[in-house]
Amino acid sequence: MNAPAATRYAEAFGQLDTAAAPPWLAALRTAALAEFNALGFPTTRNEDWHFTSVTPIADRTFRNATSTGAPTAAEILALTVGDASWPRAVFVNGQCDPTLSTLGALTTAGVRVSTLTAAIKDTPEFVADHLGKLATFSAQAFTAFNTAFAQDGLVVHVPRSLVVDLPLHIIHVADAQAAGCMLHPRLLVVAEPLSQFNIVESFVSLNGTEYFTNAVAEISVGDGARLHHHKVQRESTEAFHVGTVQVSQGRNSLFHSFSYASGAALSRTNIYTRLLGEAAETRLNGLYLVDGTQHADHQTWVEHIAPSCASRELYKGILDGHAHGVFNGKVFVDPEAQKTDGKQSNHVLLLSPTARVDAKPQLEIFADDVKCTHGSTVGRLDELALFYMKSRGIGDENSRALLTYAFAADVLETVELDALRNGLERIAFERFTHSTQL
Amino acid sequence: MLTIDNLHANAGDKAILKGISLTVNAGEVHAIMGPNGSGKSTLAQVIAGHPGFEVTKGSITYVGQDLLEMDPEVRAQQGVFLAFQYPVEIPGVTNAYFLRSAYNELRKAHGKEEMDPMEFLDLMEQKLKVVDMDPAMLQRSVNAGFSGGEKKRNEILQMAVLEPKLAILDETDSGLDIDALRVVAGGVNALKRPDNATIVVTHYQRLLNHIVPDFVHVLAGGKIVKSGGKELALELEAKGYDWLVGTA
Ligand SMILES: Nc1ncnc2c1ncn2[C@@H]1O[C@H](COP(=O)(O)OP(=O)(O)OP(=O)(O)O)[C@@H](O)[C@H]1O
Ligand SMILES: [Mg+2]
Repeated sequence: MNAPAATRYAEAFGQLDTAAAPPWLAALRTAALAEFNALGFPTTRNEDWHFTSVTPIADRTFRNATSTGAPTAAEILALTVGDASWPRAVFVNGQCDPTLSTLGALTTAGVRVSTLTAAIKDTPEFVADHLGKLATFSAQAFTAFNTAFAQDGLVVHVPRSLVVDLPLHIIHVADAQAAGCMLHPRLLVVAEPLSQFNIVESFVSLNGTEYFTNAVAEISVGDGARLHHHKVQRESTEAFHVGTVQVSQGRNSLFHSFSYASGAALSRTNIYTRLLGEAAETRLNGLYLVDGTQHADHQTWVEHIAPSCASRELYKGILDGHAHGVFNGKVFVDPEAQKTDGKQSNHVLLLSPTARVDAKPQLEIFADDVKCTHGSTVGRLDELALFYMKSRGIGDENSRALLTYAFAADVLETVELDALRNGLERIAFERFTHSTQL
Repeated sequence: MLTIDNLHANAGDKAILKGISLTVNAGEVHAIMGPNGSGKSTLAQVIAGHPGFEVTKGSITYVGQDLLEMDPEVRAQQGVFLAFQYPVEIPGVTNAYFLRSAYNELRKAHGKEEMDPMEFLDLMEQKLKVVDMDPAMLQRSVNAGFSGGEKKRNEILQMAVLEPKLAILDETDSGLDIDALRVVAGGVNALKRPDNATIVVTHYQRLLNHIVPDFVHVLAGGKIVKSGGKELALELEAKGYDWLVGTA
C-alpha cells in the first residue's frame, strides 16, 4: 500500500519556487494543498468517479516537471490541428516557451494575454480577483491538486465589447523530459460583457511517455458575451489526463465547448457550467474515440440557476478494442430557473464486442415549468448500411471506416472554426480509414 | 451470363425461395413480376450477396464463376449491381464521396489507377445528365432526407457511374412520377449495351412500356410459376395473378 497522497506530495510541494508569489497566492496554494491532502484521490465509492478508477494515477508518485527539451515550432504544429498561423501560446512540460509562442496579433487586436507568472507581477489585482474564484477546490481533489501545484498558465482577458475572430491556440506539449512528471496547467479566461472570442486548447505529446496532466481552466463569460472553448486531447497513450473546465455565464451569454478526446491511457474531462444570468445558452459537444485499453470519461454538469436558459449537449463516443467510455451528464435546475430548456444526448458506437460504455444521465430538477430531456444510445454499425456500401463494391474495411466516420460527422460539424473542424474531420477520418483523402 | 439453378434460400428458419431456375444471357432484359411477398426482393438480394439470407440449395453461376462464393463487394466489382427497393440512408457520408469510393474500388479491382477528385467531378457532370439530377445532390448525405423518387434516381445515378454488366432493378419505378419514370427508364436504356443484361422487378406494365423486356417471369410462393414474352405482362395487367397462383 502506498503512503497517502499527503505525504508523497509534500516534498514536491516544498520544491516549488514560490519566492515570487504574493501572500494571497501563497495562502491559496497552501489551502489547496491542505484540501488535496484531506481528500486524497477519489475512489470509485465517490459517486462522481463511480465508473472511473484513478488507481493508476494514485498508485504513482509524479515529480515536478523541471526541464524541457527544445522542440521546434514545426514539430509542435505537426502534432496539432487548426491553422498554423493562429496566435499561439506554447507550454512545454507545463512551462510557457515564449520563443515558440506568437501572441502579437491578439495583443494588437486588444486581447490581453499573458502567462500566469507575468500576470501575477503585472496585474496582481486582476489575478487575485479571479484565480480560484470559479474553479473552487472544495471537495474537488484534482482542482485542489492543480491549484496547489500550478506553476505556470495563461491569463486571458477579453475587454468589454471586443469581438475578435482570430482564435487563441494554447498548445500543451509534453516531451521526453515529461516522463514520470506531473503537469498542472492553469487557464483563466475573463470575457467581459458583449465580447466574443475563440480558444483552442491542444494537449499533445512528442513521445509516447508516461506523465500526468492535471489541467484546470476557469472561464467567466460576461453578459451578452460569446465564448467558444475547444479542447483537443491527444496525449500520449501512456499518459494520464484529468482536465476540468469550470465556467460561469452571465445574462444572454453563449458558451460553447467542444471536447475531442482520443489520447491518454486514462482520461477524464469535466465540463462544468453555471448559468447565472437569464437567457444564457450553453452548448456542450464532444467526441471521444478510443481503442486498445484506453479509458475516456466525460462528466458534464450544467447548473441552471437563472430562468430561461438553454443547454444543449451532444456527445458521441466510438469505442474499439477493450476501450472503456464513460459519460455522466449532470443537469441541475434551481427552483428559480423556470423556463429552463435542456437537452442532452450521448451516443456511442461500439466497434468491438469487448469495448464497453457506461452512460449515466443525472437530472435534478427543482423548478416546475421546465423542459429537460436526455437520450442515449449504444449501437453497432448498421448491417444494412454495410451491405449497401459493399453492394457498390466498397470493401469491408473501408465500408466500416466510412460508416464509423459518418457516425461522428454531425458532432464534428458543431465546431464553428473552419480550420479546426476540417482538421478534426481529417484526423478522425484518417484514424478510421488509414487514408488521407476526404 | 447468369444461371440460377434450383435456388433455395432462407431467412432464419423461414424458407423464402423454393427452387428458382433462371438463365439470363448478355443483351437480354428480363422482367420479374409477382404478388407481394412472393420473394422477388429476396432473389435480387441473394444475387447481390445480402448476408441475411442463407442459400440452402442450388447454385448461381455468373460469367462462369460461382457467384455464391464471392463477397458482396467482389460481386459488385465483377459487375453485379442491385438498385434497392428501399435504398439505404447513410447520414454523414456525402453522395460524392460515396460514388467516388465505389468507382475507385471498381477501378482498383480492375488494375486501374484511382481517379482524382477533380477528374471524377467531370465524370459526374456527364452522369448526372443521364438521370437529370441536380449537382447539389452530390454534396448531400447518401439518400438522407431524399424523397422516394430522389432515392430511386440516385440508385440509377450509381448504376450510371458503375456501368454494371448485370443490373437488377428492384421496383425502381415505385414512387416515381410519370416524368421521373421516363427519365429513369431513359437512363437505364441509355446504359444498355449488347454485353450487359438487366433484370427488372416491377408490379407495373407502365415501366415495361419504356424498358421493353425480352422475357417476363412470374414469381409466386418462392417459385417461378410462369415465364413468357413481353405479352405476358399485358396479360397479367388484365387478369391479375390469381389464375396462376390458384385461388387460395
Ligand atoms: N429477414 C427476413 N426474415 C423473415 N422473413 C423475411 C425476411 N426477409 C423477407 N422475408 C419474408 O419473405 C417473403 C418475401 O419477401 P420479399 O421482400 O422477397 O417479397 P417481394 O416479392 O419483394 O414483395 P414486394 O412485392 O412486396 O416487394 C415475405 O413474406 C417477407 O416477409
Ligand atoms: Mg420487393
